[in-house]
Amino acid sequence: MEPSTQKLIHTFGALADLGQEIAGTGDFNEMVRTSMHMLLGTLALRRGAVVECTSDGPLRCAALWGLSDEMFDGFEIDDIEKQSFLERDPSGLLISDMSSSFINRHRDKLTAEGIELVLPMIVRGEVTGMVLLGGKASGEEFSEDDFETIRAMVRHIGVGIHTHRLLEQVAQRAEENRRLYEELRAIYRDTVRAFAAAIDIKDKYTQGHSERVGRYSEIIAREMGWSEEEVEGIQIAGYLHDIGKLIVDRDIINAPYNIDAKHSSELNRHPAAGYEILSPINHPYADIPLMAKYHHERLDGRGYPDGLTDEQIPMGAKIVSLADSFDAMTTDRPYRRRRSFEDVVRDLRENSGKQFDGKVVTAFARAMLKEVKGETKDRRITKMLGKTYLEGEQVPTLLTDLICDLEAGPQITQISQKKSV
Amino acid sequence: MDTPSGKLVRSHCVGTTAVVYASDYLNKLTGEKIERECRRQLNCGCRALVIDFSDTKLVNSIGVSILLGIIDVAEKCGARIAFSEVNNETVQLFEMLGLTRHVVLAKDEREALMNLSHYETTPIVH
Repeated sequence: MEPSTQKLIHTFGALADLGQEIAGTGDFNEMVRTSMHMLLGTLALRRGAVVECTSDGPLRCAALWGLSDEMFDGFEIDDIEKQSFLERDPSGLLISDMSSSFINRHRDKLTAEGIELVLPMIVRGEVTGMVLLGGKASGEEFSEDDFETIRAMVRHIGVGIHTHRLLEQVAQRAEENRRLYEELRAIYRDTVRAFAAAIDIKDKYTQGHSERVGRYSEIIAREMGWSEEEVEGIQIAGYLHDIGKLIVDRDIINAPYNIDAKHSSELNRHPAAGYEILSPINHPYADIPLMAKYHHERLDGRGYPDGLTDEQIPMGAKIVSLADSFDAMTTDRPYRRRRSFEDVVRDLRENSGKQFDGKVVTAFARAMLKEVKGETKDRRITKMLGKTYLEGEQVPTLLTDLICDLEAGPQITQISQKKSV
Repeated sequence: MDTPSGKLVRSHCVGTTAVVYASDYLNKLTGEKIERECRRQLNCGCRALVIDFSDTKLVNSIGVSILLGIIDVAEKCGARIAFSEVNNETVQLFEMLGLTRHVVLAKDEREALMNLSHYETTPIVH
């Protein structure tokens, strides 16, 4: 093969490889180093470096070969020198032919390191960096063809660096936005928890109720395999489910006895009122107003405010409903002590399919059983219920039986109910 | 010596000559590992290097650049360098680019070691 043909093939191959490298989405530093090797290897240049301009003046070495790092100590370019690169004909590559202030300032250092060519990388009318190149391994002078090849490759590298930097900036902005969004969500969550505390303060007998309902709801949803986003959403719904109580008379909420029909009707307005309060807010999670509105609906249609039945009730509302009832049963009220765990389990069994969704009850029972058996690290349910509440020897059996019965279906549940009676 | 892919850069010493196998790492960024291995061998006292190309079908621009780095390191240490088992196409490329001005080309590893043997002197003590 003729040497000129071989040289052409070698150069063409390098240009093709360089294009591919620059278009790739790999690591930035590797891209620059690979591109530099391609440039050096195309003409067999013994040394070289790719340096980037930084905003404050010093040039940052992005890749080097055959040169020492120390060479770049105090290597900087100012705006006037950049401007002179833009104004002058960039075809003057040889240091010996260049007389710009930048070259004059660094000529001795460049020459001592064996650098013969300096090419500014100009992208969109801006000097983004430069490529420094040593002489050819053959010892020959550079030809016009060599200069053309070098210019083409340096342009490619300049565009590649510029594009990668832009992509980095985009990624950085996206990360900043993500962090900002996370912060906003945290603020939102804190605000919601503050609201929950405010709701509970109104009811002196149920302090911490909304917070606990939020946590129980979260535990159930997670056990049911909901996504993290959905779990966060239902936790918020749990915190806010009683927000409608803010419009109910404090005396009705705090009545130390079972309230009469009139007051009961007033109290029963709170789910719909909660919906009215929550609807205008643009929540970062779906269906929070609906979960608040329907947390007193029952599968058998005897709930309120709309008397919905099974399929009509959103799953989130079913979860909040169970969490709400469970907390009501397991905390002291003005007119009664909290119920024993056995009693609570009996209630859950009896009311599955009527008040509660069996799948939701099963998930909650499974989560409790895991905690009781020590299969989970955190003891969140135990903490909320108090240390001793789930300590009874019969607790694992009660939960296991409940899960088995609910998974077996309604007929078996009825038999178990008869047995327990 | 480990490459990022977990493979080793194969090398061994014969007297004060290190034989390093270019293998298929040369034509990508992993080739820098070969240069580092050569540098390590020279720092350990080797006075000559054989780069073996028996498993290298072709050398691209990256490979040429890596080899020039090795030549540079060797020359700075006053060490000689030989390339062995280079195929005809690559020999032509090296000649065209001027690499052959800096290295001895040998038919195989044995011939490379023979060519370099007379150059061996007392190992450099670091």
